[in-house]
Amino acid sequence: MNTTKMDRNKGNEQQIQNKISVNDLNLFYGEKQALFSISIDIREKGVTALIGPSGCGKSTFLRTLNRMNDLIDGVKISGDIVIDNENIYRSNDVIKLRTKVGMVFQKPNLFPMSIYDNVAYGPRMQGIKSKKVLNQLVEDSLKSAAIWDEVKDRLKSSALGLSGGQQQRVCIARAIAMKPEVILMDEPTSALDPISTLKVEELIANMKKDYTIVIVTHNMQQAARVSDKTAFFLNGEIIEYANTETIFSMPKDQRTEDYVTGRFG
Amino acid sequence: MRKAKDYFFQSLLWLSAIITIATLCIIVGFIFYKGIHLINLDFIFGDYSPSGGGGILPMIVTTIYTIVISLLIATPIGILAAVYLQEYAKQGRLIRIIRFATESLTGIPSIIYGLFGAVFFVTVLKMGMSIIAASLTLTIIVLPVIIRTTEEALKTVPLTYREGSLALGTTKLQTLYKVILPSAMPGILSGIILSIGRIVGESAAIFLTAGTVAAMPENIFSSARTLTVHSFLVTQEAGDIELAAAVGIVLIVIILILNLSATFISKKLNKADY
Repeated sequence: MNTTKMDRNKGNEQQIQNKISVNDLNLFYGEKQALFSISIDIREKGVTALIGPSGCGKSTFLRTLNRMNDLIDGVKISGDIVIDNENIYRSNDVIKLRTKVGMVFQKPNLFPMSIYDNVAYGPRMQGIKSKKVLNQLVEDSLKSAAIWDEVKDRLKSSALGLSGGQQQRVCIARAIAMKPEVILMDEPTSALDPISTLKVEELIANMKKDYTIVIVTHNMQQAARVSDKTAFFLNGEIIEYANTETIFSMPKDQRTEDYVTGRFG
Repeated sequence: MRKAKDYFFQSLLWLSAIITIATLCIIVGFIFYKGIHLINLDFIFGDYSPSGGGGILPMIVTTIYTIVISLLIATPIGILAAVYLQEYAKQGRLIRIIRFATESLTGIPSIIYGLFGAVFFVTVLKMGMSIIAASLTLTIIVLPVIIRTTEEALKTVPLTYREGSLALGTTKLQTLYKVILPSAMPGILSGIILSIGRIVGESAAIFLTAGTVAAMPENIFSSARTLTVHSFLVTQEAGDIELAAAVGIVLIVIILILNLSATFISKKLNKADY
């Protein structure tokens, strides 16, 4: 933790461990290239924000980190993504990767099941059957997602009866239940009202000591509020990547400055 | 002027709706009017007597046999085929051809299937005129219905469910089994209900494959007569419209019961999930 603080103060990146290393990543949808030679190191623990105008490839990039792009026909990828010294596109164990790298989506996508079943879904699919273990896991996950108090009396009722903000936090609990090391968030608050957004942001701030969080956001204030480092994407390239304060106070690139000051995007 | 147009158009809509409902009411009313006085316990649960009178139990049993056997075969095959087409197959030319084929199959008149069944199952496979030959023919008739409706049902399952499940490190099979199929269940069930309607309503194809023996079938290899075939024959041979109408009432009631129970099951399933 000390090193993290020192790092933020000095802007020195050597002292923290990198969780994810991306090197010269190119991605094509059929003939159309969507990502151009992306290279970025993402630090362990803490929050890394990906900002940029829509269609600039930030969500596409996020989805390469847990290989969700595999679901789309015609996606071709070159380059390396290394998570914990393992090249995730060389290994074929997508299941293991997705267990380690969880994801929260733009819109809450709980299954039409009870709240309990939603959170227990992942662990159950891993083969955990013990009621006691599952109960504990569900409770811990919901507590970590700061939603336990709101749902503890209605665990057996439909998850779809919750408000959007509550659903999104249950989605986060569902991801946490897998005990992931990395959590990817794809504009997790874009479908939420301001109060729910605030709750989710608080949650992210609390989670960053335990998880490596990569968050895509449209909302620059949000990036400034929750993240430690920020990468600015434009037209499938990373224009600038630095400490969040630097990006927002003294960006090096003119385009970054134009974007964060609201001149386009 | 615009108001008049609006009024005119609305009346047209009303008229169409009324014609539709009235047709249904008139048909059902006519059948009940003609046949209801013949309905009693002896008629429904009595064995058939060739000399006239007697019940239609053999036909009811034969009808239920054909429903159960053809659904037992067609449902699993149809659902698996639809899952393959929708979830596993790479969308391309082959899949488009298969889809086109299943769509065309739903449009073929049933007498053609009947002729095929009469040649293939009855003669080539030496099943003879039998319930099993008829059920297999019916299986082919309802298979495309089940495949199409299951595919449509699978299409309505949001992509976000699949993503949500796969992102939790589940396999494709787990996602299919735990998330996709349960969500698609109401649609799949409505396909099965449609199929029951098709099976119960079929006469030409059964006539050619199961024959017309008006006796209690000993087993599924016996030749037998379903309700629709019976209804056709009593009108054709004896000109007995009233008896045919009474059979019609029984048919309507059977279909009603099956549909209601399918809807009930589908609601139950939904509740278990939501």
